[in-house]
Amino acid sequence: MSTARYEPVIGLEVHVQLKTQTKVFCGCANDFGAPENTQTCPVCLGLPGSLPVLNAEALRSAAKVGLALGCRVRSFTKFDRKNYFYPDLPKNFQISQYDLPLAEHGRLAVEGGGVSREVRIKRVHLEEDAGKLLHPEAGGSSLVDFNRSGSPLLEIVSEPDIFSPEEAYVYLTGLKLLLQYVGVSDCDMEKGTLRCDANVSMRPAGTTGLGIKTELKNMNSFKAVRAALEFEITRQTGALEAGERLVQETRLWDEEKQATRSMRSKEEAHDYRYFPEPDLPPFTFSDADLEVLRRELPELPLARVRRFCSTYGLAPKEAAVLIASKDMADFFEEGAHLFQEVKKVAHWLMGPVLAQMNARGVSLDQLGLSPASLVELIRLVEDGVISQLAGKDVLGAMLDSGKGPAQIVKEKDLAQMSAEGALGAIVDEVLEKNEKTAADYRQGKESALMFLVGQVMRSTQGKANPKVAQELLRKRLTS
Amino acid sequence: MPISKEEVRHIAHLARLGLTSGEIEHFQGQLEGILAYIDKLKSLNVEGIEPTAHALDIKDVLRPDVRRPCLEIDKVLRIAPQREGAFYKVPRVIE
Amino acid sequence: MSLNTLTASVLRERLHAKKATPEALRADLKKRFTAVEEKVRAFARPPDFKAPADRAEGPLRDIPVVIKDNICSLGEAVECCSKILQGFVAPYDATVVTKLKEAGAFVQGKANMDEFAFGSSCETSCLYPTRNPWDLQRVPGGSSGGSAACVAADEAVMALGSDTGGSIRQPASFCGVVGMKPTYGRVSRYGLIAFASSLDQIGPLTKDVRDNALLLSAIAGPDERDATSADRTVPDYAKILGRDVKGLRVGLPREYLIKGMDMEVRAALDEAIALLKGHGVTFFDVSLPHTEYAVATYYIVATAEASSNLARFDGVQYGLRRPDPSNKEDGALVAMYKKTRGEGFGAEAKRRIILGTYVLSSGYYEAYYGRALKVRTLIRRDFDKVFAGCDLIVTPTSPTPAFRLGEKMEDPLAMYLSDIYTISANLAGLPALSVPCGMTKSGLPVGMQILARPFDEEGIYRLAHFYEQKTPWHTLKPKL
Repeated sequence: MSTARYEPVIGLEVHVQLKTQTKVFCGCANDFGAPENTQTCPVCLGLPGSLPVLNAEALRSAAKVGLALGCRVRSFTKFDRKNYFYPDLPKNFQISQYDLPLAEHGRLAVEGGGVSREVRIKRVHLEEDAGKLLHPEAGGSSLVDFNRSGSPLLEIVSEPDIFSPEEAYVYLTGLKLLLQYVGVSDCDMEKGTLRCDANVSMRPAGTTGLGIKTELKNMNSFKAVRAALEFEITRQTGALEAGERLVQETRLWDEEKQATRSMRSKEEAHDYRYFPEPDLPPFTFSDADLEVLRRELPELPLARVRRFCSTYGLAPKEAAVLIASKDMADFFEEGAHLFQEVKKVAHWLMGPVLAQMNARGVSLDQLGLSPASLVELIRLVEDGVISQLAGKDVLGAMLDSGKGPAQIVKEKDLAQMSAEGALGAIVDEVLEKNEKTAADYRQGKESALMFLVGQVMRSTQGKANPKVAQELLRKRLTS
Repeated sequence: MPISKEEVRHIAHLARLGLTSGEIEHFQGQLEGILAYIDKLKSLNVEGIEPTAHALDIKDVLRPDVRRPCLEIDKVLRIAPQREGAFYKVPRVIE
Repeated sequence: MSLNTLTASVLRERLHAKKATPEALRADLKKRFTAVEEKVRAFARPPDFKAPADRAEGPLRDIPVVIKDNICSLGEAVECCSKILQGFVAPYDATVVTKLKEAGAFVQGKANMDEFAFGSSCETSCLYPTRNPWDLQRVPGGSSGGSAACVAADEAVMALGSDTGGSIRQPASFCGVVGMKPTYGRVSRYGLIAFASSLDQIGPLTKDVRDNALLLSAIAGPDERDATSADRTVPDYAKILGRDVKGLRVGLPREYLIKGMDMEVRAALDEAIALLKGHGVTFFDVSLPHTEYAVATYYIVATAEASSNLARFDGVQYGLRRPDPSNKEDGALVAMYKKTRGEGFGAEAKRRIILGTYVLSSGYYEAYYGRALKVRTLIRRDFDKVFAGCDLIVTPTSPTPAFRLGEKMEDPLAMYLSDIYTISANLAGLPALSVPCGMTKSGLPVGMQILARPFDEEGIYRLAHFYEQKTPWHTLKPKL
């Protein structure tokens, strides 16, 4: 039970760049990293006489996200102009949505890190991105690159339903996972395809009102969001306890200093002068439209976790690791259809396969492994053809060469000696050389057996099937 | 509807229009006259009337997510008032 | 007879029959330009009279068309007659220009206009005022004053203008030519530098109704680059010409026959009505009760949209840029915005931007813009009711003939009120045309306006053509 006098109330505003082929209002490529100012046209440059036309795929993606978040997708929605001056905004207005956003009143179940709650989603809307500004160190100029201008952005705003920095972190990871499942964005904060601003205020513990709000910007990772919130909560609490008055302001997170600072520009409340976008007629969604979109949604993360537990008997923690990447969850399910002992598939994925991905720095789909070939490898181990240890090496060799497991086992002559004949001779040899240990075993020392098994493994360079070796030794020793 | 010089200045700032004090005074007078005239709309009862934002009653105009050629960089940067390499150059933006 | 004095349809016949050549046409136009342009000043920049690279086979093959200086033509300067756009060269063709080329026509040059189309007299151009060819001390009307004047003066065969509150029709009536504002969405706005997005339309200004129909057929149609363009096929408008008008029902809105109307304008309209009655047209007294609110509604909606559309002119990407190191209060960037826009825009542009920003600003939206959009619905409903019982509506185009240069510049409100007859058609999105219907005793043209239901340009052309062919007005030329 916290003894803090004040408790934080947090709301998060996330901007997600949709990974459509083209920008939201024009046919320019929507790619990351193109050379400056080569991915533009009269529309996304806002040149005189240009007009916007909405990208059908962007609209569908936005509606799907709304549905995935349990929102009510409006049957009638429109765009509005948000008017303000800034050099990265070519028209000096942004086409966004104001009073009739695409989707509203949803929720995101947030689970993990000791958190299990529902955060209400206030609204989801579609808008265009601005260009990029660079501020070179020297000189009194800034530079503008309009490649990103006009990229489709989804703005997802939560209600102030988050009550700790850790919850904020879990919310963000859960939201990112959901969006990756729906397949609309990479959600990569480093590339800027996911951005997050946070609002935080403090209120006396146990009350229900909202205190003076601070808007936090410039966090480049989920960890930074958490750290910035922690800093702000400490700062605001300290100020309140010292009897200071807080002001509504925007503060920037400084990653180097690990602190927030107030924005230097004068704090005039923006008057965006919103009005309906005259160049875009409104859009409608019928129940039938929404049904089609709903059916296109994949099974969402939390539902999938539950199903993995109930269908495959996995523990919640194991299921959570598997579904943390949609690719891995899909891979697991395919494997589970090919091999009955699904838990083994799970363990191989969570263990050796994941280790290979980390070592090579690649994702699962870049690894070059198919569910069928993994299952083939697992069978070889389970059938005793190779040991578990050898199996891990075979995996590495499969990924290096692209060859199948059986072929590699053959080429490297890794098949375990299981035949009683071949192994039996070696067992006899070992017993001869280790008379004392053999005697220890006959006296009742169990561990002596394992030592002898180890000796068999050594003399066969690991090729012996340890179970078979153990059995043979026991037989000889007790006969 | 009277409008003060301060309001004119504020509006001019919102619109990023640099006006001389003479212009502010001049516009203030003219604007008051125009605003007085457009105030006649206040006498109308618009209760329950839907706004007309679009003259044509069309909906759902969309385009396919298909790429089109972009403009060559030199076509646009050639007429930029100031450029630096592949960038547009503007006075320093302070955050 | 000099080829430049002929209509496009006659020229097409002669060119097709090889009785005239495109070179001879260009030569005659150039000769006329040299002779009268100094007096008329219809052009924003001198046209080059060169042969176009190639011309498609089409109904307007080899016909040069002058376009207003707010329509983009690839590789050509387009400045809306404003300092702030000086040096801006269009990197793309407006859809109407693409369509002109597909019809075999080509762009002859750019016509002078009121700056950013803000005006009814062509006097706010940053260059110079265009003169009315019928009386050089008078305005040609605006904002498509240059387009109307060059056609009236035979410096052009046909022209394109734009109309937001009357900017094609009023200059057409002042200059004695035919001007059509199509139904909103009939012609693509892609490449038209926007004034008020929900009101603007590009339309033809021509010497007669047939030419007007030809040009509209060429430029109209759906455009995938303009989400507000109507998905409807374009009829061959010339096909309706020559049809009888017996039995047409025409409404005369009583609110338009106001006391302030010029006597000669009234007289000309009355004679036109009498002529048409004689040929079987029935006229009805109708009411458009919200007419008195149209100008106020227009000046809220149009300036609000304009203030937003003109925000992009800031010196960043193109056009005028004026740094202002003396402004210490604002910081270099905002100082640059303010000085660029302060110097680059003329007084009328600034006035409209301020008014537009004001009516959208915090606390005022519902009282002004929100309210105006609702009044717009009422205005549209007035027309719907009238068209339930009438095929067309006829009004004067302007309460007065062309006024003198400088006469209305001191009183912006008086200038705005001169748009009273034309504005409602834009608010309601209806097609409307001005056709010459008389001359005043001092030799100034008077125009009659015909309005129709959405997408019934054919109905308008039918009546206009019939009337025109029974009268001499389209044969008269100014003495220059």
